[in-house]
Amino acid sequence: MKLNSPMEVWKYLPGTNCKECGEKTCLAFASLLMERKKKLEECPPLFEPKYAEKGKKLAELLAPEVREVEIGIGERARKMGGEDVMHRHERTFFNRTVLVYDVWDTMKEEELRERVRKITEWKKFYVGEFLKVDAIAIRSVSGEAKTFAQCVKRVAEETDFPLVLCSFNAKVIEEGLKEVSNRRPLIYAADKENWKEFLGIAKRFKVPVTLFSPDLDMLNSLAVTFSSAGIEDIVLDPGTYPEGGGLEQTFSRFVRIRRAGIADGNKGIAYPLIAVPMTAWMVHGSKAENALAASYWEAIIADLFIIKYADIMILHSIEPHSLIPVRTLVANIYTDPRRPVSVEPGLREIGNPTERSPLFVTTNFALTYYTVESDISSNKIDSYLMVVDSEGIGVESAVAGGQLNAESFKDALESFKVEDKVKHKTMVIPGLAARLSGETEDVTGWTVLVGPRDSGRIPGWMEKNWPPETVS
Amino acid sequence: MEKKITLEDIARILDRYDVVELEDVKIKGDVELELSTGVAIPPSVVQALQSMMGVQKEGISVVSEEKGIEELELIPTKFEVAKTEWNGQIEEVTIGATSADGGTREATVTIGGEKALPFYNFDHQTPHPPVISVDCFDMPISLAKAVREHYEDVMEDPGEWAKKNVREFGADMVTIHLISTDPTIKDTPAREAAKTVEEVLQAVKVPIVIGGSGNPDKDPEVLEAAAEVAEGERCLIASANLNMDYERIAKAALEHGHVILSWTQLDINAQKTLNRYLFKLGVPREDIVIDPTTAALGYGLDYAFTNIERMRISALKGDTDLAFPISCGITNAWGAREAWMKDSPIKEDSDWGPSVYRGPLYEIMTGLTLGIAGGDMFMMMHPKAAGAVKRVTQMLFGAKEAEDEGKKVRIEDWVTWK
Repeated sequence: MKLNSPMEVWKYLPGTNCKECGEKTCLAFASLLMERKKKLEECPPLFEPKYAEKGKKLAELLAPEVREVEIGIGERARKMGGEDVMHRHERTFFNRTVLVYDVWDTMKEEELRERVRKITEWKKFYVGEFLKVDAIAIRSVSGEAKTFAQCVKRVAEETDFPLVLCSFNAKVIEEGLKEVSNRRPLIYAADKENWKEFLGIAKRFKVPVTLFSPDLDMLNSLAVTFSSAGIEDIVLDPGTYPEGGGLEQTFSRFVRIRRAGIADGNKGIAYPLIAVPMTAWMVHGSKAENALAASYWEAIIADLFIIKYADIMILHSIEPHSLIPVRTLVANIYTDPRRPVSVEPGLREIGNPTERSPLFVTTNFALTYYTVESDISSNKIDSYLMVVDSEGIGVESAVAGGQLNAESFKDALESFKVEDKVKHKTMVIPGLAARLSGETEDVTGWTVLVGPRDSGRIPGWMEKNWPPETVS
Repeated sequence: MEKKITLEDIARILDRYDVVELEDVKIKGDVELELSTGVAIPPSVVQALQSMMGVQKEGISVVSEEKGIEELELIPTKFEVAKTEWNGQIEEVTIGATSADGGTREATVTIGGEKALPFYNFDHQTPHPPVISVDCFDMPISLAKAVREHYEDVMEDPGEWAKKNVREFGADMVTIHLISTDPTIKDTPAREAAKTVEEVLQAVKVPIVIGGSGNPDKDPEVLEAAAEVAEGERCLIASANLNMDYERIAKAALEHGHVILSWTQLDINAQKTLNRYLFKLGVPREDIVIDPTTAALGYGLDYAFTNIERMRISALKGDTDLAFPISCGITNAWGAREAWMKDSPIKEDSDWGPSVYRGPLYEIMTGLTLGIAGGDMFMMMHPKAAGAVKRVTQMLFGAKEAEDEGKKVRIEDWVTWK
């Protein structure tokens, strides 16, 4: 995107404040355009002849620096690329890395269906929502077109996740595509040998295509050639070397390609990038005793390229110890850094609390708040949660830094009028704030119970400690 | 807007493909190009023209039919990208002193000196690989199961603990945390804590980090006593922060020849302020390392990552208040419940699997992520995690001794891997 402020966007809008977009002013619409929360099409006047020239120019100026490519259809469709910045603090990264997990065409049917189910059903609660993974890659290990097509068919029956069809053999890809041509799978991959066949397939089936070459001149050539043949839904694979100098070079390639696309404005290479952390398994081998080491190394490669510019990646380990941190890192890096760190302080009701229900205390650091809130509500504990203003800092740091102290508890009790709702005058403070308990009792006159150090242990803590004598 | 293309441009392109003459070509105005059917020019030239003129779907198409594709040729392209040159450079800081410099360490550790973002060797070679300092404590502490099993035999003896960190876990440095000095824990007197520091200095020959308990009232006297007994060893004193008598700690470090860790909490401006206070107290630039705070994966790592990345970029752009090597307390990763808790407290979650597998990966990924943001030094705890972060950062640094198994792998074969 070449525009830096809503005012700059506004200059290209009709400026009539006609409200057809649903916003009160063109300026409000302009700022939502910048945030990609509205689309140009929502401003019909812009397509009238009078404004058409401006509209066309604006579309060009608003286009992301890295092309946005979509795989899959419907609710499960995922956007890749579409990025405008090299560092998330410069604005935000828009489309989180698409996490793809593999199956292969030599798997037995039951084994295959089971693995697909595991991938698609996996979920993990995090900051107010359930994290899931995104897509399934089907590898042609057999090299047989029919076997591959059969496998693709089975996977497609089992799930509506977007698919990546993987083989360097165009015939195999084509047979597979016939099964799922209406589902907009990504095909993998054209290289310097097979590219003509892949170009033909991509054109005929209108599906996004991966181009593979660790030689960046060749990769750029392939991209320019496909683009000039009218194919723009391209994903680039500069190769993922799992170890040693190869890994250093891979890191370098990802950074330089993205830099050429965003900073240097080289449109010929400004496409989404794919990484294959799965190559870690080729070094460590598939034997059971090496699986843990391989899954660790795969996660390490994933870590590198989640941060440095992979828009989609293919992984093998579906063990929880891999899935949880890898998916969490994606959530962390692709969170909008402009999102507030803190939530509004106040007294929250969880479930249907009465005046005898427990009063838990936490800080207004968003992560802490959402964690505590979900731990209490998921375990169906009717209670009050007093969210104290710690200037958006977590419990442990706020106690060390003085943002959370006996006075802040007192202020919260008073300003939220807690005594109107909680009659037992007993509060449960976080275990990490234990050192404040004595002083808080002195300052507030309330009884202070020290809760567990982790709110996940509140249910167990309740069994032993609630209700206390002060309440019953 | 369409790109304008001049006759000169066309001539240049044709020249590049050794086309001497074009027949049956009419050029009208300055953007339109019409080709009569059956023109004998290579498809690649047509493609190149199209590409330069931004013509795609409509207009001339040589690939609307399969036959057209057969005739296509790759458009030769050279991938080029600009180097990024920065004005600033990170301070180079050496921790530890050998006998030549009045200490008793067998080796020293140097960090910092960067002129580019971490591992952007294509801009400027990263001067030093990141270093790892493995934690030990002055009393037995509660640890996650996965960590505890490695230290159970040495927890009562900080000297033995430090030795194990170096001998068995390959630590570049050792951090001794004097947590028992906290008045709410054991309130160990400063003088006694200083003896522990002496013990650790005797036990190992690597440079050491001396950490307090984090109690802002007690730390100044504890670290002062520690700095005194460690005179000449050029330890890293951890740490000075704005909520305590940092002046006393800084003066002790200065007087006894140590490096000081300047610690702030996820706040660039606070970091600049504290560093400026240290300058005012006369602390030389080469005696400062900063700790902008580490948050665990899933528990604020995004803030820590961006905070460090922003500081490093500001420093490279020339902000000398921030141009210092960065230390990260990666052991904080174990604060994430996913690192140690047996099962998920959230009933709807998929199974979490064994916690002993999750924990080390939380530590590894927290460390590596902050390494990519700008971390120069990692304080860590789980031996496998420390080893893995060391190994991958060595590779990214470009160490010659880093094994190169990767080269033996034909990477595109992942597709058919069994």
